[in-house]
Amino acid sequence: MLIKKTHRARSETASRGSVAEALAGQATGLDRRTFLRRSGLAGGGLAALSALQVGSVRKAEAAVVGPLTAGAVSKKNICTHCSVGCTVIGEVVNGVWVGQEPGWDSPINRGSHCAKGAATRELVHGDRRLRYPMKLVDGQWTRISWDVAINEIGDKINQIRGKSGADSVYWLGSAKFTNEGAYLFRKFGAFWGTNNIDHQARICHSTTVAGVANTWGYGAMTNSYTDIRNSKTIVIMGGNPAEAHPVSLQHVLEGKELQRANMVVIDPRMTRTAAHATEYVRIRSGTDIAVIWGMLWHVFKNGWEDKQFIEQRVYGMDDIRKEVEKYPPDVVEQVTGVPGAQLERVAKMFATQKPSTLIWCMGATQHTVGTANVRAFCIALLATGNVGAPGTGANIFRGHTNVQGATDLGLDVVTLPLYYGLVEGAWRHWSRVWEVPYEWFVDRFDKNTAADGKVTNTMNTPGIPSTRWFDATLYDKKDVSQKDNIKAMMVFGHCGNTVTRMPDAQKGIEALELLVVADPHPTTWAALAPARKNNTYLLPIATSYETDGSRTSSNRAIQWGERIVKPIFESKDDNEVMYLLAKKLGFADTLFKNIKVENNVPVVEDILREINRGGWSTGYCGQSPERLKSHMVNQKDFDMLTQKATTGPNKGDYYGLPWPCWGTPEFKHPGTPLLYNTNLSVKEGGGTFRPRFGVEREETLPDGTKRKVSLLGNGYYSKDSEIKDGYPEFTLGVLKKLGWDKDLTEAELAVIQKVNAANPDAVSWALDLSGGIQRVAIEHGCVPYGNGKARANAFGLPDAIPTHREPIYTPRPELVAKYPTLPNARQFRMPNIGFDVQKAAVDKGIAKQFPLILTSGRLVEYEGGGEETRSNKWLAELQQDMFIEINPSDAAERGIKDGAWVWVTGAEHSSKARMKALVTERVGKGVTWCPFHFAGWFQGVDQRGNYPKGADPVVLGESVNGITTYGFDPVTGMQEPKATLCQVRAA
Amino acid sequence: MARMKFLCDADRCIECNACVTACKNEHEVPWGINRRRVVTINDGKPGERSVSMACMHCTDAPCAAVCPVNCFYTTADAVVLHSKDLCIGCGYCFYACPFGAPQYPKVGNFGSRGKMDKCTFCAGGPEADGSKAEYEKYGANRLAEGKLPLCAEMCSTKSLLAGDGEIIAQIYKERVTKRGYGSGAWGWKTAYRESIDT
Repeated sequence: MLIKKTHRARSETASRGSVAEALAGQATGLDRRTFLRRSGLAGGGLAALSALQVGSVRKAEAAVVGPLTAGAVSKKNICTHCSVGCTVIGEVVNGVWVGQEPGWDSPINRGSHCAKGAATRELVHGDRRLRYPMKLVDGQWTRISWDVAINEIGDKINQIRGKSGADSVYWLGSAKFTNEGAYLFRKFGAFWGTNNIDHQARICHSTTVAGVANTWGYGAMTNSYTDIRNSKTIVIMGGNPAEAHPVSLQHVLEGKELQRANMVVIDPRMTRTAAHATEYVRIRSGTDIAVIWGMLWHVFKNGWEDKQFIEQRVYGMDDIRKEVEKYPPDVVEQVTGVPGAQLERVAKMFATQKPSTLIWCMGATQHTVGTANVRAFCIALLATGNVGAPGTGANIFRGHTNVQGATDLGLDVVTLPLYYGLVEGAWRHWSRVWEVPYEWFVDRFDKNTAADGKVTNTMNTPGIPSTRWFDATLYDKKDVSQKDNIKAMMVFGHCGNTVTRMPDAQKGIEALELLVVADPHPTTWAALAPARKNNTYLLPIATSYETDGSRTSSNRAIQWGERIVKPIFESKDDNEVMYLLAKKLGFADTLFKNIKVENNVPVVEDILREINRGGWSTGYCGQSPERLKSHMVNQKDFDMLTQKATTGPNKGDYYGLPWPCWGTPEFKHPGTPLLYNTNLSVKEGGGTFRPRFGVEREETLPDGTKRKVSLLGNGYYSKDSEIKDGYPEFTLGVLKKLGWDKDLTEAELAVIQKVNAANPDAVSWALDLSGGIQRVAIEHGCVPYGNGKARANAFGLPDAIPTHREPIYTPRPELVAKYPTLPNARQFRMPNIGFDVQKAAVDKGIAKQFPLILTSGRLVEYEGGGEETRSNKWLAELQQDMFIEINPSDAAERGIKDGAWVWVTGAEHSSKARMKALVTERVGKGVTWCPFHFAGWFQGVDQRGNYPKGADPVVLGESVNGITTYGFDPVTGMQEPKATLCQVRAA
Repeated sequence: MARMKFLCDADRCIECNACVTACKNEHEVPWGINRRRVVTINDGKPGERSVSMACMHCTDAPCAAVCPVNCFYTTADAVVLHSKDLCIGCGYCFYACPFGAPQYPKVGNFGSRGKMDKCTFCAGGPEADGSKAEYEKYGANRLAEGKLPLCAEMCSTKSLLAGDGEIIAQIYKERVTKRGYGSGAWGWKTAYRESIDT
């Protein structure tokens, strides 16, 4: 028998002689982190200790290091694969990333990762990455230089601009940009002269942002991942965080254990998350509003609502009561499939075993009723008083590393950075920040002449959402309210298979005059349409790990990620490419006026400082690069549960200075860990609901008389507020009325007067570039944006009161008459003909031909369109086949065996997809489910040969979106991949 | 002396596969070899549970008992390791192992088996700790660096525990007591012959 050599080196910790101490500490109250460290010590350590006498004595810091890790430097960045914000620690030797270590100090993930995070180093291994710029020459991928690429692309888009206008070039950005990259891209769009600029938020949480912001002010997660530990009832509806946000489950499951909390999963599919729930509620896809109203029916009937909360903080709950009366248990069961008794049980838990939180994801948002769904969720929280305190809230789990940040920074067709919108005031604000005359932008944009002869500047009209770029390419020119169709797609970091209706997208790609894909991988864009032979460019872009900058996780906390290694191969980071393009297009000097550029690379700290200088509306003003870097270096000082630093240079700050972080960095606001929390003073991170929709509203009573109703808070206020009631947003005029304007410094007043010399009293907290108005309001305990009521009735939205509407392609056509989708309308420069499509589907009996519901979701190993993760061999090995989940009875009827090949056919375009069947009770009868990460096969054809050689992902498969169908949310243009129809047959 | 153990808390395991890819990443394990994997029982049904499996580093290891060339040995930390220099790739250990831990790379044109590979508890092999030769054959030696197996260190929900069995037991008991319901550890009773009141 072999015996392991006895002279073992001792471990670093053990050699400090702390074994006894460590063991003593293990008796009680160990957290997992300490445990792991100490347990490691006790193992290696004890062995090491025994070896001390005989072994060669080494210095403490000279514990054995592997051949790869000798001399390694540690670099901290943020995992790129979801919005939890896990710290990734890269060990770098000679510029090569050789190993990953757990980021124990992170108060968010405490060392943990999921499959993607634990394998993320492979992205920089780069086996399947693009290595150099390429273009298609008569159907062949041909290597070119960066200079040639930038020159040719610049010339072509200028040519298209000259012929078809600025709006005919579409700028599709990425949720994987850093905040600085996202902001720069949006700014670039403004300088180019178009609002046709978008990113993945469109297809994941655009409806959340719209629905939540329209309810209480800001469209973001109100609480945080770690705060879920405080909840007594956790409801997860339309989300599968066990696969999509696995590290969040650390907090959900530990919270569930420690609080003995209820964990309810409401979903059409019994997910991996549901496997750990205390209660699973199976619903029919697309009936969320009916489910929530069904719950509220029990809440109102039994008086479980929070009457004081509603009275003080909510507008329009009576209108909800009226709507909810239409959803008694029998109706709800008929529509949703949920038995009344179960819903009553869940409703009671949610309303009475508080604090309760509602967690949602794309199962709720990706519908034609997405915005209304989200609104119903918010209303359920408001009715039960579950907003604005620990353990409560709308915990919205977003998708990518920085999808929250990219949304905040305006990579969106409806707004400039930080939700200022597209109105003249917004443009003037950013013109002041950018120090570029407002008129310059007016000239850059196209002027569109409508049918009635009215001319509008497209700078003020929302652009075309990313879900419909191909409609804007293929539609008759007169149907698109801009100068011309979309002629060029500039695609930065965005897969092509995450949008529904891929057969249309394929035609769209063929019709484009120019396609530019700037990405670490060629993506579906490069492979989907082989008929395209020229005018296609691939630019190799660095991953998130090859660039510095900040990232905003779902809980609004901003973390500074440091570049782990330089961009590999010939890759460049997004910021550099934007600079090179701007230079080619001739506006680099104005675009980078206050941003230093070194060797063509913009200095990211300067970009963040510019964001700080203009980011008042959302409280992106206090997070200077210095503060964020200090948080990252001193992660260990932050408490996991409260996210507050208990010691060190950032003592009192919340981790990542979650926005709003008011005032200038010097004001030292600690960030806002929970939105709308009245238990804290504003200076300590407290707040109230935001009166964003006026201070009062005229209502017409049934007898025709009119009355004015206040939209301001009624007798509630945040701690230490000097105004003990609701109040409007702060302007210089308001400060004067209160006599607080005297607290402004002369310098602040001078800036305010410069912002609006004609009427300085009108300058608000969001436009004041000095931060003085914010500072003074907060010194008096007030929230700069005012103290208002949340809106249960969101007047102004297409469905001010959410109401159930059947999906466009519903398996229950008999319900369409009662619950039809909204009438056709023009939205986002194009017609939305959902009503006609739904009617035609009913008339043609589509539900008979395609009797199975098709819904989709995430697998833990892959992310988004999956090109990046399917190119990662460590992940690809775990999921090698595209598949469809089908219930055993549906499979038996069709003679389908588990693991066998099947054809799945879709309701439009005679679309079809070949994949494997996974026969499982996870989905109910009549329901099928597909992962949405696959691409590279299309309508049964393997497209591997279309990728540039060596840059094809390891695993390819049919995209579920090859068979998904029409349907768009009227508020945001969100697609409907979560509820459509299909048929399955054995292949 | 420490007795190194893995324990997977099935009430926490969500089959996220972080343990699997962490292992691949740390040791550059090639495609087709899985030192660790996650097994799900009752998949898609009520009562679905997942558990992360690898070599359990048995005290009386069946693999070692059947090995015709005696390539296995147990370290001072009770980690079961083997010598790839001695291994003949016969596959007896695969028959003997109750957990399917031994893995074999395919070599040659006829799918013949290469030398056995398995979880090392991140403790390398017989070569000098931290040496290049050790790394190439067995992967990283984290124990020698004073670290624990990366699979457990990176576990998303702190389900997979690794370390001195006694300490793990203590941590786990505390966890079960706090949450107030039964043992989620797969194989707990078999391993420790204790019952935990629910």
